[in-house]
Amino acid sequence: MAKIKVSKKSTRIDMTAMCDVAFLLLSFFIMTATAKQPEPKPVDTPQSTVIEKLPDEGVATITVGQKQVFFLMPKNIRRATLERMSELRNVKFTEEEYTEFEKLEGFGVKMTELKSLLALSPGERVKEGVQKGIPYDSINNQLFDWVKQARESQRAFYDEKFQAGEITAEEYGVKGDLQIAIKGDAKEEYPTIKRVMDILQEQKKNKFYLVTGLRDEDF
Amino acid sequence: MAELNTGGDGGKGKKVRSKKSNPGVDLTAMVDLAFLLITFFMLTTTLSKPQAMPLPMPDRDKTNPEPTNTKIPEERMMTILIGSNNRILWYMGKFESPTIPPTEAAFGKNGIRKDLLKNVEMGKAYAKQEGKPQQGLVVNIKASDKANYRNLVDILDEMAITKPQLFAIGDMTAGELDLLKQSGLY
Repeated sequence: MAKIKVSKKSTRIDMTAMCDVAFLLLSFFIMTATAKQPEPKPVDTPQSTVIEKLPDEGVATITVGQKQVFFLMPKNIRRATLERMSELRNVKFTEEEYTEFEKLEGFGVKMTELKSLLALSPGERVKEGVQKGIPYDSINNQLFDWVKQARESQRAFYDEKFQAGEITAEEYGVKGDLQIAIKGDAKEEYPTIKRVMDILQEQKKNKFYLVTGLRDEDF
Repeated sequence: MAELNTGGDGGKGKKVRSKKSNPGVDLTAMVDLAFLLITFFMLTTTLSKPQAMPLPMPDRDKTNPEPTNTKIPEERMMTILIGSNNRILWYMGKFESPTIPPTEAAFGKNGIRKDLLKNVEMGKAYAKQEGKPQQGLVVNIKASDKANYRNLVDILDEMAITKPQLFAIGDMTAGELDLLKQSGLY
């Protein structure tokens, strides 16, 4: 009787192609990944179940933590905003300082201290205690000015583009007004947040974003 | 797994044979590592985008102060007061004569959520009676000075979950603050 032979096949697969693809993807993701910029004020945002991403561009972020306020603008309007602020607050900046300011990822100092902040190296700027927050009290409300000037710069930037015919009216409507996101620390006291929201509302900015983390379903 | 070790029998053989090396290298571990890194980079690039919650606030035009607020019947108006230490007090209707007296609640699924869902249903039913089926509960959120930002986001989150017709963030009146103090929540 003939025996039925179970043919023994090798269990090994050629993984060369798989390896190639894996490394191709890996190099792609490494190259597209951007290094996270160190923030001058790291905050722990509260969590929510609302799943909505912050728009990619045209968003300025106000970071609030320990009663200090920091401001981060999109890159394209930084220079214009500083020019406006310099005029408004009578602080002159040199060309190098403008270039340096364009590279600055968020800051939290008074107008008068901005010069000395720009003179520091990027590593020293994010050290604890160097930046003490932008004043936002009613006597010296610099945060109000920053937000207002940034919004006007954004408006001017897209006005120009719209007039040149580079963007459609629809796009102009969406991007023309600078979006504001409030990134508050979860433990921050409510009056501070309220004050920041009031500042935005004083200049008729009634819709803004609250930056939150993702909460699990079982909340 | 040990294809690379294709050595002979320890050199005891009689004939010196040239070793036949196996050209196949085991790639399993390498592929494993590569995929692990891919997953890592994929997740970090797409998940690092910050999440946000849009918050529309009522226009604060001083020339026409709160034109819509007066029209809302008190039966479907709910006020939430946030005190200290994550505690909430809520009532329905007017402060002087609430239709449901002030009740204490906690945050979360078993706390304010249950009350809110009940009140949203009630608001809808009442609006239907009025002949305005599109409308419903209107919630007024008032946080005290001792509340923190997390409380505010939590309550806004509850709004997103329970979906009342309208909600607004307002300022606390002196009477409400007294009520919080009396209830020991401030």
